[in-house]
Formats: sequence, structure tokens, C-alpha cells
Amino acid sequence: MNLNALWEYANPKKFIQTTDRVLPWVAGLAALSLVFGLIWGFFFTPEDYRQGSTVKIIYLHVPSALMAINAWMMMLVTSLVWIVRRHHVSALAARAAAPVGMVMTVIALITGAIWGQPMWGTWWAWDPRLTSFLILFLFYLGYIALWEAIENDDTAADLTSILCLVGSVFALLSRYAVNFWNQGLHQGASLSLDKEENVADVFWYPLLVCIAGFALLFIALVLLRTRTEIRARRMRVLLARERMGA
Amino acid sequence: MPDLGKYAEAVLSSYAVSIALIAGLIVVSVLRANRVSKQLQEIENKVKSNG
Repeated sequence: MNLNALWEYANPKKFIQTTDRVLPWVAGLAALSLVFGLIWGFFFTPEDYRQGSTVKIIYLHVPSALMAINAWMMMLVTSLVWIVRRHHVSALAARAAAPVGMVMTVIALITGAIWGQPMWGTWWAWDPRLTSFLILFLFYLGYIALWEAIENDDTAADLTSILCLVGSVFALLSRYAVNFWNQGLHQGASLSLDKEENVADVFWYPLLVCIAGFALLFIALVLLRTRTEIRARRMRVLLARERMGA
Repeated sequence: MPDLGKYAEAVLSSYAVSIALIAGLIVVSVLRANRVSKQLQEIENKVKSNG
């Protein structure tokens, strides 16, 4: 496969043409897997012997937390592409992903608090994973605010890319906090390549479907929002040209 | 509907909040996409007609 062919999609016109065809399929698959996974998890899985029915929160909490971190990682990659190759589509894709990642972080924080209350006896604790997730949420807010605050698109892309690099430390900390610090209330990772460390199969399979659903939903929303950002940018350019002409 | 026992409130509120947030994000994204697309079309038509 010729990797250089990938750069064709940095052309806004080519990106919109391609996503015209791809987006309905990704959106359809996302809807299908989310509905199927959540119905399976909610209606057709048993209670956990320790956590009771609260185990059903896993189908929302784990996929949203995963996507919160992966969204920032995707923003990191596209920000690096912007810094190195100056492709506008990559900077706009990072901008498009931020609100989606922020909503995923909010879902992870809220479902975590609701789950934590009956299990730990508290809504919140300054546990390493919870705290790093809260900081990640603040980074999302700052990133979105910075894009909105700067009028020049290229300057905004430069500054937000740097912010994204710094925030990546917290995105990684959120993922590995339970491994770095063996303390706090949060349990270890629910997902592992080691089958022994995973949750039981009866919870694991619907969880995998939900993770696929959240990932596809993320891709669909980022494609849709990137198309919007490309069009909004073209609109700003045309308006600026018109003002200069007048 | 499965019997959620004493944790029914926690489970149901988790699903309600998450589904509401996801639905809100989808609605906002689609509405903005349609609005921007329409505005761009209008501006491009205006630019074309101005030569």
C-alpha cells in the first residue's frame, strides 16, 4: 500500500467527496452496534455477585472513558501532522474531535460518579485515575476555548496543537494512572490482552460490541464535524476576500 | 425490563444521562452541519453572481 496516497485526503475537496460515500455506512454501523450492544448489556446480562445490577453501567463507562482518551490521542496525531505538514484538514479534524472527546469525558465522569456512590460510598475521590480524568476534561475545555478565542485559523491551529501536546501527558496518565500509582479507589483496567485479567465473558462480549459502537460513533461524528469545519473555513475565506474586494 | 433491585436509580440515571448527552451531541453536530452547508452555498452563489 502506498502511504503517500493517504495525503490525498488532506485535500479538502477529496476529503468531502470520500466522506460523502463513507459517512452513511459508518453512521449506520455505529447506530446498529450501539443499539445492539446496549440492549444486550442492559437486558440480557446477569447481575454481578458483588456489584449487583450496577455492573450494567460498565457498557457506558468503559467505552466512553476509552474514547475520551483515544480522542485526545487522535487529536495529538492530527496536531502533529498540522505542525509538520501544514495540512488544514488535519488541524480541522483535531478541532472537530475535541467536543466529541469532551462529551465522552463527561459521560465517563458522570457514570463513574453514579457507579462509585453505591460501590465506594462516595461520588468522588481524589484518586489518581479520577483526578487525571478531571484534568483531561479541563484540557478539553481549554482546547475548545482556545480555538474559539483566536480569529486567525492558522495561529489557532498552531497554539491548540501545542496545547494538545501538553495535554497528551494527562491523556496517557488517565489511561495508566492505575498502573503508575497502586493506590486509590478505582479498580484496575477492565480490558487487558491477558484473558485472566478481563471481566467475565458474559460481560466481556457485549462490552466489546459497545466499545465498537462508541468507536464508530466517534469516527462518524468526527467525519461529519470535520466536513463542517472545512466548509466553515471556506466560508470565512470567501467572506474575507469579499471584504477585501469591497 | 430487568429487575435492577436497589441500584435501579443508579443504573437508570447512568443510561438516561449518557443517552441524552450522546443524542444532544448528534443533534447539535447535524444541525450545525446543515446550517454551515446552507450558508456556504448562499455565499458561493453570491460570489458567482458578483463575478
